Amino acid sequence: MLASIGLENLAGLYQHLPPEAVLNRDLAIEPGLSEYEIVDWFRARGEANTRFTSSFLGAGVYAHYRPVLVDTVVSRGEFLTSYTPYQAEIAQGTLTTIFEFQTMVCQLTGMDVANASMYDGSTAVPEAALMAMRITGRERILAAASLHPEYRTVLDTNARNQEMTVDSFGYDASTGLADLAAIEARLDDKTAAVILQSPNFFGCLEQVKAVADLAHKHGALLVVVFSEAVSLGVAAPPVEADIVCGELQSFAISPSFGGPFAGVIACKEKYLRQMPGRLVGQTTDSNGNRAFCLTLSTREQHIRREKATSNICTNQALIALMATVFMTVYGKEGLRELALQNLSKAHYLGSKLKRRFSGPYFNEFVATPKNGSPAEVNAKLAARGLLGGLDLGPFYPELKGSLLLCATEMNKREHMDIAAEVIGA
Amino acid sequence: MIRKTRQHLVQNEGLLFEQSSPGKKAYQLPALDVPEVNPEEALAGQTRDGIEGFPEVSEVEAIRHFTRLSTYNYAIDLGMYPLGSCTMKYNPRVNEAVARTEGLAWAHPYAPIEHVQGCLEVIHRLEAYLAEICGMDAVTLQPAAGAHGEWTGIMVIRALLESQGNPRKKILVPDSAHGTNPATAAMCGYEVANIPSNDKGMVDVSALAAAVDGDTAAMMVTNPNTLGVFEEQIHEVARVLHAKGALLYMDGANMNALVGLSRPGDFGVDVMHLNLHKTFSTPHGGGGPGAGPVAVKSHLAPFLPTPRVVLRNGRFELEENLPQSIGKVRAFQGNFGVLVRALAYIMAHGGPGLRKATLDAILNANYIRKHLADHYQIHAEAPSMHECVFSDDKQSPHGIRTGDIAKRLIDYGFHPYTVSFPLIVHGALMIEPTETEGKQEIDLFIDAMKSIAQEVVDDPQLIKSAPHRTRTPKVDEVTAARKPVLRWRP
Amino acid sequence: MAYPENFRYTKEHEWVLDEAGTATIGITEHAQSELGDIVYVDLPKVGDKITQGASFGSVESVKAVSDIFAPCTGEVVAINDSLTSAPEKLNQEPHTGGWLVKVKLSAPEEIGKLLTAADYQQYIGA
Repeated sequence: MLASIGLENLAGLYQHLPPEAVLNRDLAIEPGLSEYEIVDWFRARGEANTRFTSSFLGAGVYAHYRPVLVDTVVSRGEFLTSYTPYQAEIAQGTLTTIFEFQTMVCQLTGMDVANASMYDGSTAVPEAALMAMRITGRERILAAASLHPEYRTVLDTNARNQEMTVDSFGYDASTGLADLAAIEARLDDKTAAVILQSPNFFGCLEQVKAVADLAHKHGALLVVVFSEAVSLGVAAPPVEADIVCGELQSFAISPSFGGPFAGVIACKEKYLRQMPGRLVGQTTDSNGNRAFCLTLSTREQHIRREKATSNICTNQALIALMATVFMTVYGKEGLRELALQNLSKAHYLGSKLKRRFSGPYFNEFVATPKNGSPAEVNAKLAARGLLGGLDLGPFYPELKGSLLLCATEMNKREHMDIAAEVIGA
Repeated sequence: MIRKTRQHLVQNEGLLFEQSSPGKKAYQLPALDVPEVNPEEALAGQTRDGIEGFPEVSEVEAIRHFTRLSTYNYAIDLGMYPLGSCTMKYNPRVNEAVARTEGLAWAHPYAPIEHVQGCLEVIHRLEAYLAEICGMDAVTLQPAAGAHGEWTGIMVIRALLESQGNPRKKILVPDSAHGTNPATAAMCGYEVANIPSNDKGMVDVSALAAAVDGDTAAMMVTNPNTLGVFEEQIHEVARVLHAKGALLYMDGANMNALVGLSRPGDFGVDVMHLNLHKTFSTPHGGGGPGAGPVAVKSHLAPFLPTPRVVLRNGRFELEENLPQSIGKVRAFQGNFGVLVRALAYIMAHGGPGLRKATLDAILNANYIRKHLADHYQIHAEAPSMHECVFSDDKQSPHGIRTGDIAKRLIDYGFHPYTVSFPLIVHGALMIEPTETEGKQEIDLFIDAMKSIAQEVVDDPQLIKSAPHRTRTPKVDEVTAARKPVLRWRP
Repeated sequence: MAYPENFRYTKEHEWVLDEAGTATIGITEHAQSELGDIVYVDLPKVGDKITQGASFGSVESVKAVSDIFAPCTGEVVAINDSLTSAPEKLNQEPHTGGWLVKVKLSAPEEIGKLLTAADYQQYIGA
């Protein structure tokens, strides 16, 4: 090949580079390893992490069983190694699954339209806030203090250089639910959106309708955020919201130390044009058969260039496919049964502990341990092979001494009994 | 003659919702070992029954559905993607295997750090390798994709300038830039000023010198640029910017031309992002997930997102106390599973192997350029790096444009090249083979392109109406956009 | 396609027809042909003020967005609602049924300074 392009050696390929730009040594990275050595190195890193028999840690990343079909499907090279489906004629596989994903997200959330996925829940929140600002022409965002703290910090980072101000409203110290009076007091005619997470970071199911009524009274939108998608198997969908966004990690996406996950934004039909992210639409091919393609792509930033309104340029297609397979496997009855198991498990554990809040909860709750500080009881749990809850002190100083605990279908009763005994009520 | 493909049967497949029958299921949960809770009581009446419209299929119906759909896709595992600027290379399967290492895949980001030392070591090592590859001092792995990395990088620049008392007003972008560059600058509150390219397709340094002033925050360049040409005056570009206190940002989309051969940090770049799903072989997965690490020189390190992974006394820790940081750009530690794959790729190649891959990628692009030069108009005389850009000047007199040729290429068994980009080339064909392709596949590609060039002369209508041999013929994108149908309804 | 003599034109490919102080605005045949199949039109609201030379809306094809620049200054008194459900009208009849907005002129003298049909056709090389 070299000879056919008139070169004698590989150095000829870069002889035109300025000499001072050429690296005249090898990179300081050890020479290539064999497949076995690589697998072995990562196996050892896996072992350097602690393996737990059972986990009570949720806080936005949940331990749910991953049906075998999920990896079977996403490991197919035709999905795994395919490019973004711009060429519709040779990408109907990906396009069809995304269309099914959009449909299922609508069914799940009670919204009219959903996009093809976002990076994750944390980055979906500022995109929903920006969307609300475009719709209302207003610049103030009111976010619940019980919004996931990571989502909130990502929102704050986004607000740095946008014409966005973010204010908070608190929660009721006894129920753990959004403080309606505080929302009412802070709403004004500059507020673009109220951002409410449900179940909130403390696991409590919020009163979505009451908050929607308050927001709408002041011309603001309601953005409902979810981080535990399984809750939607039994909890009423937030149909009173204008925009719903959240995280689908619970749908067969490995915790994987925090990513990759898949976020999503769904909304009422009338706000479609302001929704960020890729969309797949139905159309026909030249034989008149149903076909799918990426559509409304003029909303995307690489076309808008400096007029872009969103930083989102991609979706998380393969991860969204995991969620699609998960929703297919569980289906209409299964997701409800799974959600009921989560509810029952968490309430079993919750009934044995001293809960901090009285609001209704799904599979997560805040408890005050009797047998020591959160760090102390977590250490005792770890000694028994159990991953304890999240110490809320660093995130909410007023909740110092409290532990956020989660139970899912993967927690056996015997492990919950041990955990309850170690934590103490 | 079409040598790479022949037609075969493909099954039809309806949507899941159309195949559902009440009561069918593909799951089995364990028996509940605790008392069942009444949801109406537990959730204060805020409940729903089954989700209306959700699928109800058996396990075999589910697997057939997705398997059949998968056969409608083109993929790297089926053949070459000559997509310029997208770097579609082979996705090694060992990467997939190690990303599923149980101790890593089930690690919780909020587990106390003594329980996740293995994950933190992966992050720490990958940061060090990427810093070495880029010639930079510090790396954050938090951004979730390339555009997200760009945004993070410009936020970091803005934070540095703000700390000096003036964030400045504008960002310079060459006219050949990726569309994400001006979008990113605007998202960070900057005005965008375009800098024209010179007749060699490179940044016009005199135009740059005239444009840079005390209001200039930075220039965003891609090197090699979107014509696949190395910016020979990149040192001068950096000098002109730095003299006015402005910074040089590099879009790392084309890093596959440089790894092991040339380091951005050595030619004056202050901040850059990488696309791990391009250069570092993590799978595209039909459009994500990716990862967009950002590498910076030391004076910008204090502004990187929190937390930073640090090694103290043989133990990895998360440093949260970084008062000048821009904050978090994504929850937790970024797309960790993607980082694992990229690290496996780097370890498999090693330093010398990475350089070899780069040279192979450049060789492949120049081989294609040489063999198509008589059939398509090469755009820039300057030597190509890892991709080559032609225009459709020889075909447009026959009424055939770059988009038509691309669709015809599908009939020959290839994914189209990048169409109509960069914008400064009218009717661009942008071709990037990567090091993945061997001579055999590349020769098939060259044959296909030559054959199409002949068809343009002999039978332009054949090309206009392509593709002809796909399962799905031409898709009506106009109706999709005019009358959006974005979900299935009964 | 003929360029009506009673229209005035801009170099940004808009046309304007002044009828007793109320002007109808659209995009030209040349513009629709360059844009290709138009799939969406974003228009201002009745009551909005538009300013000569500034963008007041946009038209979208499958893969591009183009600003529409106001050929004159005034207040929007009507918009062509039919384009919402049938954007293809802009392709089919850009000079008639595909009009965009009607504007109550606040500076009618601006119109006389725009291109005539002959000037415009020369400008686009028709």
